[in-house]
Amino acid sequence: MTNNTKPKFAMYWAAACGGCEIAVLNIHEKILEVDKHFDVAFWPVAMDAKYQDVEKLQDGEILLTLFNGSIRNEENEHIARLLRRKSQLLVAFGSCANEGSIPGLANLSARAEIFDTVYGTPSTDNPQGIRPQAEYQAPEGTLSIPAFNPVLRPLAQVVDVDYYIPGCPPESHQIAAVIDAVIAVLEGKAQLPPKGSVLGAGTAAVCDECQRTRNVKQIKNFTRIQNMGEIDPALCLLEQGLICNGPATLSGCGALCPAAGAPCAGCYGSLPEAIDFGARMVSSLASVVDEFDPRKIDLTMDEIADATGVFYRFGLAGSLLQTGKASWNEE
Amino acid sequence: MQEHFEPLVLGFTCNWCSYRAADMAGTGRMKYPPNIRLVRLMCSGRLDPTFILKALAEGADGVLITGCHPGECHYIEQNYKALRRVSLLKRVLQPMGIEPGRIKLVWASAAEGMHLTKAITEFVDEIRALGPLNWPARTQIPISAKPVRQLEELPG
Repeated sequence: MTNNTKPKFAMYWAAACGGCEIAVLNIHEKILEVDKHFDVAFWPVAMDAKYQDVEKLQDGEILLTLFNGSIRNEENEHIARLLRRKSQLLVAFGSCANEGSIPGLANLSARAEIFDTVYGTPSTDNPQGIRPQAEYQAPEGTLSIPAFNPVLRPLAQVVDVDYYIPGCPPESHQIAAVIDAVIAVLEGKAQLPPKGSVLGAGTAAVCDECQRTRNVKQIKNFTRIQNMGEIDPALCLLEQGLICNGPATLSGCGALCPAAGAPCAGCYGSLPEAIDFGARMVSSLASVVDEFDPRKIDLTMDEIADATGVFYRFGLAGSLLQTGKASWNEE
Repeated sequence: MQEHFEPLVLGFTCNWCSYRAADMAGTGRMKYPPNIRLVRLMCSGRLDPTFILKALAEGADGVLITGCHPGECHYIEQNYKALRRVSLLKRVLQPMGIEPGRIKLVWASAAEGMHLTKAITEFVDEIRALGPLNWPARTQIPISAKPVRQLEELPG
């Protein structure tokens, strides 16, 4: 670590896949701008650093921390609190830190079920049926690993967050735009946006950016992409019976998935005025289902495979209900 | 389950039918349990599923939605939208551990005060049998309720 006067930058991954870091590196040569303006104080993926190095810093010594990943265990929680204390600006970076994302779907299951799935399936080589324990009595003394929290939390449910950058992962051109904005602030050419702002996203729905043709929607049947013979390359995917989360999802990605023939998964989270992503999808889909007989309506809704998982694929932990009963029962 | 559990039920009524049915129940001195709190909407089609989630997240044990009989909607067919929303929402909530029975849709015309009081009484009994929901309090405003700033709109 160098002793220079450049402001300090940190990036950390908690419960995440690493895609956010790849997205940051995908800004290509702009990463040199980051290096030019910042001293990288802590970035476990990119350089060697120890938690003690962060602990030794003064409170607020890091100017900008991009925090990706959700809070799954005690270690994530500890580092989130540590980085909050050491950083002037803490940014929830990517869908996991924003609203739980894919790891947040574990909030539908109790801890024991999650461990059984990970350590107990027939394909898992675990003959003694070992499950992780937070503490273990070894002959040399007590060993401990970070305990697994019953409920997965997005960053803002654990510490105060200054800004939000959504996406799974955030699109690189959006990251580059945010970096440009931060550098403009450093150079005194711009002011910081109000605290709590969502940055690096559009303001409309994904449908707004989608190039597919949209008509009046009258849907009688839902299907899944693997059950479809051919997909019309130009027609709205929802009108073809695929569950597309586009109507409820914040724009900013450029409607990449629908352009490639895959329905929008909803990774940018919901529109600014909406409170709950799943509720918006339930509402919009119910409006376009063209059935009036209660029995037929039920049959059509039954065709939506795993409605909870589809509508809350990215936002369960950050939704109104936040978690399934199985998880919070253990908290 | 607690020993003397009194359910808290939120009821959404339609201005044109079920709200008047509740009015009629009042003027006719028909009795229904005080566990229900009625909220008037202009139409059952106005019911955003967010309302139901918010009610459940903030202490309600059950939500009753009432509207005009099919074919009698003041706004032509919006009650069918309520029907579809409730059908889909129940499917979304079940894997989260919320029993489908905690949400119920009942049709009641303006003349059916007796029918409505009976439906409310039944629903409160059903929720009493299901027991308390006790959803933990929310700790944070969901991310989606936060303002989005376009970078080009930032103050320069």
